[in-house]
Amino acid sequence: MKLIGFLLLVAGWIIVLTAVILLRSAAPRMGFVLAGMGVEILGLVLVFRSHLLRRRD
Amino acid sequence: MQPPALSDTSMVLCIISLLLNPFAGVGLSLINTGLGRSRSAAHAMLASLCVIAVAAGVYFVWGFAVEGAPGGRAHAIALAGKSWNLLAAESWFFRGLPFDSPFALLAAWFGMMSVALAALIPLGAGADRWRLGACCASTVLLAGVTYPLFAHDVWGGGWLAQLGPNCGLGRGFLDAGGSSAIQAVGGLTALSIAWILGPRRGKYTMEGMPTAIPGHNVVFVLLGCLLVWIGWLGLNSAGAILFAGIDSGRVPLVAVTTTLAAGAAALTAAALTRIRFRKPDASLCANGWVSGLVASSAGCAFITPLSAVVIGIVAGVLVIFSIEWLEARLGVDDPGGSISVHALGGIWGVLSVGLFAQLPSGGSNEPGFALNPGSGQWLAQLVGVATLLGFVLPLTYGLNWLLNRFYRQRVDAEGERQGMDLYELGAGAYPESATHTDEFTLR
Repeated sequence: MKLIGFLLLVAGWIIVLTAVILLRSAAPRMGFVLAGMGVEILGLVLVFRSHLLRRRD
Repeated sequence: MQPPALSDTSMVLCIISLLLNPFAGVGLSLINTGLGRSRSAAHAMLASLCVIAVAAGVYFVWGFAVEGAPGGRAHAIALAGKSWNLLAAESWFFRGLPFDSPFALLAAWFGMMSVALAALIPLGAGADRWRLGACCASTVLLAGVTYPLFAHDVWGGGWLAQLGPNCGLGRGFLDAGGSSAIQAVGGLTALSIAWILGPRRGKYTMEGMPTAIPGHNVVFVLLGCLLVWIGWLGLNSAGAILFAGIDSGRVPLVAVTTTLAAGAAALTAAALTRIRFRKPDASLCANGWVSGLVASSAGCAFITPLSAVVIGIVAGVLVIFSIEWLEARLGVDDPGGSISVHALGGIWGVLSVGLFAQLPSGGSNEPGFALNPGSGQWLAQLVGVATLLGFVLPLTYGLNWLLNRFYRQRVDAEGERQGMDLYELGAGAYPESATHTDEFTLR
């Protein structure tokens, strides 16, 4: 779960970068940036959760 | 791209500011020591000294070669018809640093101070259980890889700074005093260290409830806060002159916004703890004060005094609730509050630039404010936050995880029971006349 979390963090960052560098019009760029941030937050939640579960074990 | 020109007044102000900078390191060391146990106090101070030495040394050897300075040599790639600057291409050991160029020298000096400050932050999260050798080894990774890579993007003319000219996002990612490059990088490294080391023995009951292990010397903590304030005035002023291109006439504004944000955050923390616990909590107020300083750094030269107060209030609220949340709900043992104060405070500081900064619409030294809404500045700041979470956090965690595989970072159980002073240094910090009750508490 921790590895998936970190992979999601990196994937979210790549989505944000791609949107900012490649997209020119404001609306889709904004949408992809927010989607990328959402993926990053999901990754962060997974990493924290895996840490918590490991400690409880 | 030529390095920015500095007027004589700006150069003198920058030098004075950089001379104040070490006070921030002294203050953080005292805060980390005071919030730890008495049986690890000497170890905490020695670790601070060692990581400053290691960070400065590594930065001298190859850190600056990776970070570089605006206008220096760099490795760039072309993407979507634009040139993106990925990595500096300076020489190791400060060779090739033009000694007749004050800007490059000041940037190298600022970088050395900054990386030392960033290296002190994880010590708060690893207090009472992080081996001295492991502190130094981890600092090599921070000062040699994590910090210079991100600092180049922000301050070395790298791709985050190029978001303005290349993508039309305001002036590109802005961080005058290091909310991201110093504080958030140090804070995210602190989070990685806290995850890898695990909590102190006795911190959590078998049912997972956290127990209080109060800091041994709150006077150290509060004295550290006052010293940190002096250091931060220098840090923010020097950073704003060097990397935000402000004129010397705006340095008083930097001092005002820095102080107001810290004061607002500390008073907010005092009020919140007074409401929740009936009495203000000194160590949480201290953490509030530092979080206000951290949050003020990014936009210190571009926000109004009223905005600084708002930024400080939000930072104070964030730090109080996040310290409790991390400890009680997320199982992260952070004795110094480094994660909440520096990582969360730094990220809030970066975002606050997008919300509150009033940027000069023309040249960077244009006096007065000209609010430029819709400039995409906040989107540039959001990309910076995404980079911190999606690049810096996995990188620093991965590096420290690998280090832990080869060189165990946590002291063994006997060392933690004895205290780091006796176990690693062979002598305690305090004479027998000044022992503390926690020396005799079996945890």
